[in-house]
Amino acid sequence: MSDPVIAIVGAGPAGLRAAETLALAGLRPVLFDEAERPGGQIYRQPPPGAERPGAAIYGLEAGKAQAVHAILPTLGERIDHRAGTLVWNVFEGRLDTLRAGAFAHQPFDRLILATGAMDRVIPFPGWTTPGVFTLGGAQIALKAQGVSIGRRVAFVGAGPLLPLVAHQYAKAGAEVVAVLDVTPFGAKLRSAAGMLAQPSTLAKGLYYVARNALGRARRASGVRAIRVEGEGRVAALAWTDHKGAEHRVACDAVGASFGLRSESQLADLAGCTFAFDALTRQWAPVRAPDGRSSREDVFLAGDGAGIGGADVAELQGRRVALTVLQDVGRPVDVAEVARLDSALARQAQFRAALEGAYPYPEHLVAAVADDEILCRCEGVTAGALRDVVRHKGAAEVNRVKAFTRIGMGRCQGRVCGHAAAELVALERGCPVEDAGRLRGQPPVKPIPVLGGFS
Amino acid sequence: MSARLAVDVCIIGGGIAGCASAVALRKAGLTAAVLDRGLCGAGASGVNFGGVRQQGRNLHELPLARRSRRIWDSLAAILEQDVEFDVSGHIKLARSEADLAELETYARNARDYGLDLQMLGANRVRSEIPWLGDKVIGASLSPEDGQANPRVVGPAFARLARRLGAEIHEHRRVTAARRTETGFEVEAGDLTVASAWLVNTAGVFGGTVAGWFGEHAPVEALMPNMLVTEPLPYFVSRSIGVCGGDVYLRQTGRGNVIFGGGRGWGDAEIARSRPLADESLGGMSRTLDLVPALTNAQVIRTWTGIDGQTPDRIPVIGHSSTTPQLVHAFGFSGHGFQLGPVMGEIIAELVTQGRTPTPIAPFSIERFAAGGVASSVEAHTHTEH
Ligand SMILES: Cc1cc2nc3c(=O)[nH]c(=O)nc-3n(C[C@H](O)[C@H](O)[C@H](O)COP(=O)(O)OP(=O)(O)OC[C@H]3O[C@@H](n4cnc5c(N)ncnc54)[C@H](O)[C@@H]3O)c2cc1C
Ligand SMILES: Cc1cc2nc3c(=O)[nH]c(=O)nc-3n(C[C@H](O)[C@H](O)[C@H](O)COP(=O)(O)OP(=O)(O)OC[C@H]3O[C@@H](n4cnc5c(N)ncnc54)[C@H](O)[C@@H]3O)c2cc1C
Repeated sequence: MSDPVIAIVGAGPAGLRAAETLALAGLRPVLFDEAERPGGQIYRQPPPGAERPGAAIYGLEAGKAQAVHAILPTLGERIDHRAGTLVWNVFEGRLDTLRAGAFAHQPFDRLILATGAMDRVIPFPGWTTPGVFTLGGAQIALKAQGVSIGRRVAFVGAGPLLPLVAHQYAKAGAEVVAVLDVTPFGAKLRSAAGMLAQPSTLAKGLYYVARNALGRARRASGVRAIRVEGEGRVAALAWTDHKGAEHRVACDAVGASFGLRSESQLADLAGCTFAFDALTRQWAPVRAPDGRSSREDVFLAGDGAGIGGADVAELQGRRVALTVLQDVGRPVDVAEVARLDSALARQAQFRAALEGAYPYPEHLVAAVADDEILCRCEGVTAGALRDVVRHKGAAEVNRVKAFTRIGMGRCQGRVCGHAAAELVALERGCPVEDAGRLRGQPPVKPIPVLGGFS
Repeated sequence: MSARLAVDVCIIGGGIAGCASAVALRKAGLTAAVLDRGLCGAGASGVNFGGVRQQGRNLHELPLARRSRRIWDSLAAILEQDVEFDVSGHIKLARSEADLAELETYARNARDYGLDLQMLGANRVRSEIPWLGDKVIGASLSPEDGQANPRVVGPAFARLARRLGAEIHEHRRVTAARRTETGFEVEAGDLTVASAWLVNTAGVFGGTVAGWFGEHAPVEALMPNMLVTEPLPYFVSRSIGVCGGDVYLRQTGRGNVIFGGGRGWGDAEIARSRPLADESLGGMSRTLDLVPALTNAQVIRTWTGIDGQTPDRIPVIGHSSTTPQLVHAFGFSGHGFQLGPVMGEIIAELVTQGRTPTPIAPFSIERFAAGGVASSVEAHTHTEH
């Protein structure tokens, strides 16, 4: 009998460690990533020709980045790496892919989804002004292209990426003029004890704050409201502090986002059961500690099935590979399983503390004005959403989508879907989980109309 | 907690047919309740292609379609909801001499029903639609056909029904219905509805409901596979179909081009459906043959939904053959969106007067009783929706 086909989507820390573990056990996994070079979000590599020293790109994580980047070169042909390949659909044992304008498909016996996360967005006045980026977007510009999003940059957010990206910008020589945290400082103090138990990648953001590496940047916590000013281009960031006083700083770019959300569309299309995770305030595919989903043929690792950060992603990648090996009847090192399980349990504790440090900024959602664009693909306002909730009985997001087109554009709600659910919940006065989640449809990202298929 | 409800008419299925029925019955002064297993108008009625098309229908359907088309003109006013009804015209393309002959025959026959179709020669088609590929040799145009936004129509009928005093019960799956001495008893979870009349507008589930009353109506799940592009500059000025029905497209006011491509997957029992990748890619190829300008346009979503399809591709409409005061309207076989508005009026007529002026004899459920439908009817297969 031939070897089972194990497909992995995502060549970030989770997917790479899973691929490595399987390859070392003698299987040849097929590893897909739409990026040309492996690494995922945190360990994203510059394009060929734009390489810079690891320490300059990854800071304290340069060693980890190097180790993760070494996996594919070390294992060579033992991993079937399909770079630059978008997986746009999964259904009943088969992936549909697109690479360089060519469609193909890949049958699998087992599928590991390690699709990572993206920034969580909340609209605020001026959020669609050219020059406003997400924090992750700002970081990608820096890591992949070695460019800054502006000369004078202000950052605002809720989550460990905020101080981290601000620090990375300052170190790269950009002028960071403000670092505004929309969550209260008190929450961080309360959570500090839990976090000290387990230092981890995402915690280094806090470490940077402590190190005061940001020079003259204005810093504030508990920020109540933010507003980007400027016609056609960012000119300033204005905010209301925790006491109600108004501030303003001139800048030409803003990085703003509010935590992360899992890229779980493929898990949805695969038919995995989802559950609402109160800690990170989002729906995620149900994942057992050993990486199993609700489906026998689908496994989950990394931030794509609940936010845990890069170190957790690596651990989960290894762990899920062992589960798959066991399922396909290969020998598994039980001591290694135990070691990974206890490391993951420690991380989970830390993770809870970290989320506590950055509670979801509900006040920003409540403040979204009726004329604010919520879905920028389709140009639909928050007021249009509130109207159909109030007057047309739309009680959950799919109905809101049907009535208003929110989430029907290019991004299929990846950007606005989360805020839309929060707005529906506020309008109805119900828990956000009762506002539902947008059902996914293929393709997970746009695909071109091409001929040649009969 | 279980609840009981008593109404004149209980309606199983809150698609466009069921909700329009509730509206018409309330206007006729009867009390009505709609039970839907999900949300009203979220089934086939809410996810279809949006074609408001008479051209190409089975001729038996034309009287219904003609009458429904008149309602479409004032639908937005009736529903107090913009339904994005756009009288773009529907053009059906011929790619062979046989296609042309088919179109000519159809146009002649349709005239008997008052449907005026214009035959266009190759040059006329080319001047009207210069971006069509070179495979088209003629066409038939139905100027008064068009398109609308399906996502809003069904729910708007449900809201109007509610405003008129109908009971709308969503997330209530009907699991049993039986004839009692005085009428019907319908069970939907913890809700029991007693009614004098029962209306079966359960879509793909309609055959099962009929079965509860000893009637046979074979209904299969039909899942047209749909694709939509990102908004493009406006160029598809008409709703377009072809002889054989394997290509159809339209462009929304927002600019998205919607086109069909084969069949998706679906499981009616759990009300789940999925578009299929190979079908979508095949649909792309066939559409590009006709519309090369779509090359490399970005498809942002594909989807499907579940309609009920009968062996002869026309619906079941009319009184039950076994059970007094039971009325059926299901199995619209992929083209019941256009007919939806008139179904309410017809069902209300059947309930309040026992008959309707619109000829519906061909849709009688009895046609399946003798053990099957003559396959000659099936020859008229048009897979466009
Ligand atoms: C923009 C951004 C910046 C971040 N920066 C940091 C940071 O500096 N420090 C930190 O600790 N954490 C950071 N994070 C958090 C990050 O999610 C984790 O640290 C870590 O990268 C998670 O690893 P992963 O393997 O789960 O997923 P990722 O590293 O995100 O890798 C997922 C991979 O899957 C690929 N993929 C996803 N869907 C598809 C598809 N359909 N087809 C093909 N390929 C697909 C993606 O291209 C990506 O390469 C960042 C997150 C984001 C979104
Ligand atoms: C993808 C697609 C494209 C189409 N394109 C077109 C087009 O362009 N033009 C056109 O004219 N037609 C088109 N159609 C067909 C059209 O959508 C349907 O014929 C029409 O909507 C049928 O309406 P309905 O009310 O009978 O059914 P539905 O809208 O399916 O309503 C039936 C309702 O019954 C409910 N139900 C089922 N079982 C139960 C139960 N046990 N208890 C309670 N409730 C139950 C369901 O939840 C559903 O809401 C298309 C259909 C699809 C799927």
